[in-house]
Amino acid sequence: MGKLLVNDKDIVVPGEIIAEGMDFLPSTGTYRHKDNILADKVGLLSVDGKVLKTIALSGKYLPSRNDTVIGRVIDILMSGWRIDINSAYTAVLPLQEASFDYIQKGADLSKFFALDDYVVGKIIRVTSQNLVDFTMKGPGLRKLYGGRIISVSPTKVPRIIGKQGSMVSMIKDTTGCKITVGQNGLIWIEGEPEQEVITVNTIRKIEREAHKNGLTEEIKSYLDKNKIEIKNKEFKKETKEEKPKEERTKKEDDESQGEQ
Amino acid sequence: MAYNIRLDGRKFDETREIEAKAGVIKKADGSGYFRIGKTSAYAAVYGPKELFPKSMQDPKTGVLRCNYNMMPFSGAGERVRPGPSRRSKEISMVTKTALLPVVDLTDYPNAVVDVFIELPQTDAGSRCAGICAASIALADAGISMKDVVTAVSCGIVDKQVVIDLDYAEEAYEGGDVADIPVAMIPSTEEITLLQMDGNISRENLKKALEMVKEPLKEIAEIQRKALKDKYK
Repeated sequence: MGKLLVNDKDIVVPGEIIAEGMDFLPSTGTYRHKDNILADKVGLLSVDGKVLKTIALSGKYLPSRNDTVIGRVIDILMSGWRIDINSAYTAVLPLQEASFDYIQKGADLSKFFALDDYVVGKIIRVTSQNLVDFTMKGPGLRKLYGGRIISVSPTKVPRIIGKQGSMVSMIKDTTGCKITVGQNGLIWIEGEPEQEVITVNTIRKIEREAHKNGLTEEIKSYLDKNKIEIKNKEFKKETKEEKPKEERTKKEDDESQGEQ
Repeated sequence: MAYNIRLDGRKFDETREIEAKAGVIKKADGSGYFRIGKTSAYAAVYGPKELFPKSMQDPKTGVLRCNYNMMPFSGAGERVRPGPSRRSKEISMVTKTALLPVVDLTDYPNAVVDVFIELPQTDAGSRCAGICAASIALADAGISMKDVVTAVSCGIVDKQVVIDLDYAEEAYEGGDVADIPVAMIPSTEEITLLQMDGNISRENLKKALEMVKEPLKEIAEIQRKALKDKYK
């Protein structure tokens, strides 16, 4: 008879024996050695019936299809751009994916995206060798102007978004900031300077305490304690209009599974 | 004169006092600290990231690079000349081969994971401390690894089999001394590093390698605890 040696949602570390016997199945972040199942990553254990997996707590972003990410233009190619997506691999934005408008042959590409421009884009293809294709065509995908960009651990992104985007909308509503969270751990924030600071502090707090239970409640009280009046109501109005993005929310749902 | 009592009063199978921490270097992707007695090691992991020059890339798997460095003021005697030396290059290489059997970088073709090990203070057993710190750092960086690699030295001091020699014992002049650094994967008991400095008989070698297993497993527990404590 198999025996589980670690509780659900406990932190496991490489080489730790999670379960004995053949009754459990290893999944991502776990492996079988003889009769035992061991962890091969630092993470939270998630028990789903017989399947044991670990939810990573650290690590670099690994690009995957349909992820919305924030990237930086690092090079201009013959017919496209090279984008740094805060990962071990860079993405290529081909000319035909850059804009709905027709871009003439031989046009000066830096007119569209110059070096060091930040963009919100979507990953459309990832090959087995992790070559990444990027697109700017789609709802909400755009070049970023103003605001500030902060970087968090990509493994904490599902927590920052929350279930159906609950966490990020809570911050948006309290601070009136516009926030775009990239799956690669880059977050763009724009609002009144004081509110931006509150937003950054809140996100840092979520990042530090991402593995804890009852985080939403704690962040709620943190925001209540620290919030200040939104001076310019216009900021808030714009955010509300921008929020419903069906594609994004669907992805976020998938991401936040197994959380809480 | 037989070596009946160790110079610092430890039992023969007792290691020096050990302290381990994870996540000590903020800017690194993963980091670890490991201190055994007066030897302390910091390890920082950067990556996976793109590897240049391209000729060094491996399209099948990611590459692991290790760098071992003793700080100029780290030794007990003379200043250690900074920069790479024959010795530090060799230790960097054996550290890499000691860690490679556990890490799995097949998800990161053409990429590299860099491990930097810095030793601010040494009192023998520095490559073992470096390996222990490096495996904490690699796990902290979220890299997939079968187990933490754990290392400690064993050997003989004047016909007496001992664990974890310090510098005074390595320099003991009353009889034969052998210093054998050992690194092991605790879950499978596979040895990934075995070097020797000195002379030892076949029986004593077997005895030493048998005796070193228990302390190695204890160190593995300390390393795992360090990783868990980061999230408390």
